[in-house]
Amino acid sequence: MRVLYFASLRENLGLADESINEPVLNVSELLDLLAERGQQWDEQLRQNTRLQIAVNQSLAKRNTSLSASDEVAFFPPVTGG
Amino acid sequence: MIPIHISVQTEDFDVNAQMQQLRQGNSGIGAIAAFVGLVRDLNEGCKVSNMTLEHYAGMTEKSLADIAEQAKMRWSLQGISIIHRVGELQPTEQIVLVLTASAHRHAAFDAAQFIMDYLKSQAPFWKKEVTPDGARWVDARESDEKALTRWQA
Repeated sequence: MRVLYFASLRENLGLADESINEPVLNVSELLDLLAERGQQWDEQLRQNTRLQIAVNQSLAKRNTSLSASDEVAFFPPVTGG
Repeated sequence: MIPIHISVQTEDFDVNAQMQQLRQGNSGIGAIAAFVGLVRDLNEGCKVSNMTLEHYAGMTEKSLADIAEQAKMRWSLQGISIIHRVGELQPTEQIVLVLTASAHRHAAFDAAQFIMDYLKSQAPFWKKEVTPDGARWVDARESDEKALTRWQA
């Protein structure tokens, strides 16, 4: 699946997008997998209580199911307008 | 079917031209509410010299279209236009335009507020300001999240 990072998350993680090939059942499992990369990833994503999630460009939650063809995005609270 | 115009763009917009376009050929429109958001030169006590607006291309348009669709279901509207700019912007520049057209003013006023409240807390845009202390991401306001509760009662 494709994973995208925006705004401060993109800058702090030093990555805008990547492909994840490991099978994960939901967003929470994906966050567990990414958190294994180190403290920065754990803090910015898994432990981040303000983390916003989108799956296939719709707002989603940690228990939202995932499949291999999905596009997942992580970002901070939005500040447009 | 009412006209719904959504645009995410780097270019500026002309409010009058957009209004003309929305009302063209529809003599049933009795009211148009317009909201224009602007870049201020001061935020949280810091001088802002310019700002960059990042967005999630694809989801942004989808999110704005969803919000317009919800407004359409909720009020009797005759047209909606939402334009949001991205990229680099200077103080005093226009950021966002919301136009809502209806037969009477209440629907137009309420729908414009509803669209802005949802846009502010759900559409994937992020502002980064340049201040004398350096660049910083603008923090989301809790009051923007709270603004939604009045539409959810």
